[in-house]
Amino acid sequence: MLTRKIEILVGLFLLSGLAAFLILVFNVANVEVKTGDSSYTLHAKFSNIGGLKVRSPVKVGGVVVGRVSAIRLDPERLEPIVTLSMDKQYKYFPDTSSLSILTSGLLGEQFLGLSPGFMDDDVEMLVDGDSIDDTHSALVLEELIGQFLYSVGSKG
Amino acid sequence: MTQNPNSLVEIHNMAFSRGSHVIYENISLSIPKGKVTAIMGPSGIGKTTLLKLIAGQLTPDQGKVLFDGTDVHQCSRSQLFALRKRMSMLFQSGALFTDINVFDNVAFALREHSGLPEDIIRHIVLMKLEAVGLRGAAKLMPSELSGGMQRRAALARAIALEPEIILYDEPFAGQDPISMGVLVKLIRELSDTLNLTSVVVSHDVEEVLGIADYVYVLADKRIIAHGTPEELRAADNPQLKQFIGGEPDGPVPFHYPAADYKKELLSGLD
Amino acid sequence: MGLINQIAKLGRGAIDLVVGLGQAGMMLWGAIAHRPRFRKGTPLLIRQLYVIGVQSMVIILVSGLFIGMVLALQGYNILVGFGTEESLGPMVALSLLRELGPVVSALLFAGRAGSALTAELGLMKSTEQLSSLEMMAIDPLRQIIAPRFWAGVISLPLLALMFTAIGIYGGHIVGVEWKGIDSGAFWSILQSSVEWRQDIVNCIIKSSLFAVVVTWIALYRGYHVVPNPEGISRATTQTVVQSSLAVLTLDFLLTAMMFGS
Repeated sequence: MLTRKIEILVGLFLLSGLAAFLILVFNVANVEVKTGDSSYTLHAKFSNIGGLKVRSPVKVGGVVVGRVSAIRLDPERLEPIVTLSMDKQYKYFPDTSSLSILTSGLLGEQFLGLSPGFMDDDVEMLVDGDSIDDTHSALVLEELIGQFLYSVGSKG
Repeated sequence: MTQNPNSLVEIHNMAFSRGSHVIYENISLSIPKGKVTAIMGPSGIGKTTLLKLIAGQLTPDQGKVLFDGTDVHQCSRSQLFALRKRMSMLFQSGALFTDINVFDNVAFALREHSGLPEDIIRHIVLMKLEAVGLRGAAKLMPSELSGGMQRRAALARAIALEPEIILYDEPFAGQDPISMGVLVKLIRELSDTLNLTSVVVSHDVEEVLGIADYVYVLADKRIIAHGTPEELRAADNPQLKQFIGGEPDGPVPFHYPAADYKKELLSGLD
Repeated sequence: MGLINQIAKLGRGAIDLVVGLGQAGMMLWGAIAHRPRFRKGTPLLIRQLYVIGVQSMVIILVSGLFIGMVLALQGYNILVGFGTEESLGPMVALSLLRELGPVVSALLFAGRAGSALTAELGLMKSTEQLSSLEMMAIDPLRQIIAPRFWAGVISLPLLALMFTAIGIYGGHIVGVEWKGIDSGAFWSILQSSVEWRQDIVNCIIKSSLFAVVVTWIALYRGYHVVPNPEGISRATTQTVVQSSLAVLTLDFLLTAMMFGS
């Protein structure tokens, strides 16, 4: 039959499991509890996305404000279209903002850098479903080297 | 179903085999109500199998087993479980639950099925343990009991739900003379005082002939003899005489069937 | 003739496999397809949570700590060569969450709890305790198999989470306390690269599936054991071997589904 000791130990076991879960969720994954629909969607068109991936972060001055939620190719113009899932608490970006594909460090992961544009009376804020037109594509190392060699060659 | 009103269990033309090994060819027997019926036979003949067939744990290839008019093997699972509440089996090893003490073992089926409050269950359990002389051992674990006491505790558990029939699987095997005597006395007493039907499967000839009202002898996949103990002792069937007298050689040969001894020794390696 | 025999052997193997799968499925169905009985079932479940979960905790926590520390030490030695030792955090956390946590804890669980379950059931069968339950009109699937199954399915994911959490702290001990990586950098890079849906939910899904597979194999092997000492020892070995192989195979399939595309 069950003794009190067993009941207590099983209780502690379940609590440790829950504690491990909470540590992983809040301390490791750093999930913030949000209520309701916590994101809005933006689109951006690039000519080259380089090594950008789904779930790559979108940063403003180093602060993560959203993530890439989908990457697909425009079937007519054959250009990549990136869908961003932005955090609702950061929603004051004017539609003059620009997006660039940047690399963290020399060999690091690629991410999207969002530079907020100027504010004016006739500038609207970005809302769900909007597109960002001002985009800078990824720097591709091979192309850079090619350009460099070309310019060195044309000077000489 | 036609059933003799005096018998609780009837087996009609039953055949059973495990794989290609035939255990019973065609046996029929009936077990009378309120009596001690013994089923004897040499070891390895499938006597335990017979009990499991009666209890519906195994299904025969042919024939049927009637328990109080119900075909055990045509029942649904819930009907079978309802039948089993009226039966009980004393296993050869006792089969006590090793992780709970003797008291909880005896109380197990009561707690599961009776729905009685705990203080009444306690009274019943103590009464059953008193009947087998183990009230003092209620708080012991099964591993702390001797083999004979384990079997008595298992008997107390078997009678806890007051069944109509108890199937005893080799109750005397491996017991010292004293525990053997205690068990013989208990089986007889339970049968007489509670009007229980008992089926004893055993190869201990003297003990069985001492307590049984009626005896079936199994050998060669069938029943070779049946009758009261007196009738069996008086019978002149040589196979039966060999078994009851315990003679090493006879119609049941000492040797396992083999090729000719001399030839095999002389043949050398192939 | 040799060829025919080989074909016959293959066929027999296939038939045995199908029969075995069928039996295992019937057993599991018989055990879990009931209305739960809270009053009688809960004490049985708690007892099994104790045997299966609590008693596996020590081995899981100790192994998790050491695996986290070893991972951090080896990872540090490689990453420091590229000057990116700050990435130690995500390396340790992601390897533990995505693979090592669920897989190693399932393997340890198979060795610790799975083999014990098989041996226990095998002994219950060989001492006729299972038959004796049936004779008392108590369904052993419901009384014996079901609480053990649920206890296994509840315990292993919790153990895997504990393993992972303590492993990450093991990595922290080696990386931050010993090798002197900045604590803030360690945690912030770790936190920005671990994602709730992709990593933690998948970790739980993986270990839940491993729990079902390992517990199921252990219970099946024990319930259908040949009731003698040789049979029990064989069944115990089979439990460990088969559940380890099943875990590793399933892990590949799950990883391919979760992270492959």
